[in-house]
Amino acid sequence: MPDATFLDSTELVLNMGPQHPSTHGVLRVILKLDGEKVLGTECIIGYLHRGVEKIAENRTYAQFNPYVDRMDYVAAISNGLGYCLAVEKLLNVEAPPRAQAVRVILTELNRIASHLLWLGTHALDIGAITPVFYCLREREEALKIFEKYCGARLTTHAFRIGGLLYETYEGFEKEVIEFCDMFLPKVDEYEELLTNNRIWVGRLKDVGILSAEECKEFGVTGPVLRAAGVKWDLRKEQPYSGYEKYDFDIPTRTNGDTYDRYVVRMEEMRQSVRIMRQAVAAIPEGPVMGKVGKVIKPPVGEAYVSIEAPKGELGYYLVSDGSTQPYRCRVRPPSFVNLQALDRMIRGGLVADVVAVIGTLDIVLGEIDR
Amino acid sequence: MGKLLKSIFLVDLFQGLWVTFRNQHPKYIYTEQYPAERPKVAERYRGAPRLNINPENGETLCISCNLCALACPETLIVVTSQRNEETKRKELTTFTYDTSRCMFCGLCEDACPVDALELTQDFEMATYTREGQIWDRQMLEEGPRPTQYKC
Repeated sequence: MPDATFLDSTELVLNMGPQHPSTHGVLRVILKLDGEKVLGTECIIGYLHRGVEKIAENRTYAQFNPYVDRMDYVAAISNGLGYCLAVEKLLNVEAPPRAQAVRVILTELNRIASHLLWLGTHALDIGAITPVFYCLREREEALKIFEKYCGARLTTHAFRIGGLLYETYEGFEKEVIEFCDMFLPKVDEYEELLTNNRIWVGRLKDVGILSAEECKEFGVTGPVLRAAGVKWDLRKEQPYSGYEKYDFDIPTRTNGDTYDRYVVRMEEMRQSVRIMRQAVAAIPEGPVMGKVGKVIKPPVGEAYVSIEAPKGELGYYLVSDGSTQPYRCRVRPPSFVNLQALDRMIRGGLVADVVAVIGTLDIVLGEIDR
Repeated sequence: MGKLLKSIFLVDLFQGLWVTFRNQHPKYIYTEQYPAERPKVAERYRGAPRLNINPENGETLCISCNLCALACPETLIVVTSQRNEETKRKELTTFTYDTSRCMFCGLCEDACPVDALELTQDFEMATYTREGQIWDRQMLEEGPRPTQYKC
């Protein structure tokens, strides 16, 4: 018999994932526990690594465009926008005003779809099973608009370098407005289900607190940063694709806990509806494709463009050596950077809160592992 | 005081239950009865590829220019052609499209100058073998034949 068995030890190392359904993909977290208390965590990523950045070096600029949809597949349109803007910056062209307005509408619609999937799965993790059905029901309406516009629901490949390939279909504006009218009461319905619910509040209040200073240290962006009280939104700070024309608010909260991040995201969905309404009302006439040749051959140089994706700052860094293929493509995914803060948020908390904190970070593993 | 009463009478929980009760109404049924009821996909849907033929004489529209094969990010299209000595024109011999690697990005149909290659609204492309995913010219011209169920 050994002198000490595991019953004598106070620390327990527990492996969570990569098949655990609440890690939202293939994230593996090693938890060091003392009873119910979490002493420390370690994230192991890379189970979904496909080498997207290396693939970019062997594809032409136009050929790489569908691959960016496969990084953050929940918000594929935002990824496409970031990539197209980066190549357009390399080429020194700008999309025509009509293309920019349509891009804004689709990106905001995608933000709503992404937040809806987050809300549904996050509530499912906490134990509320109803919201996931309602959220996916409304997300379906957004996906139908994507399907009608570009022919695909999830990995859309909606934008092309220099503008858009497709003109909007007949009745596009009407359907977007119908979606907006239908959607706002639904957000109130989700709030009715969750906001005052004592279990929801009890599970989320003062869980996974990340202060503004800590957010800045980790480089955390997006709703996580805004819930900590920092008013930072790239749509306002560095407007792209004509966002300066639209009037919207940046929702912020002060505590930086899981509940605040929920409130910020709910408000962001309402703001997205506001932007979409303004964009549809002022959609200009004109061409949708800019002056870009059939063969995209940017001059020697480099470009970095970052946009406000649903999950935070999404950046594309492209280096061109004057050929038709990028010399280097580096992606700054928001989930990857936000995941770093996981240990700080969980440490000292309870093991049941791990799932809540992973859910509130809104990570997509396709984007983290690339 | 009001907060205490609300807490005692479980107002927050009943509020949520009222939402779920409202949504029980039959007009909120969203179930699609597939396969008896096929979904109607959008006009621009990017599904199974098709190689169009001229409906009048049954000849292929493809001019074997190889642009689709060059545009494809996965290089899954293989086009072979033969030069007809009489007309001095390239004629298509084989056309292979590997749907198992296709991600339906639509770059090949954008590249096609004569609208011969097209991504259609057919979405039922399952096969029993991996080789069945590699479509030859005949399969591309005829399109998939999914089983029709009557329920």
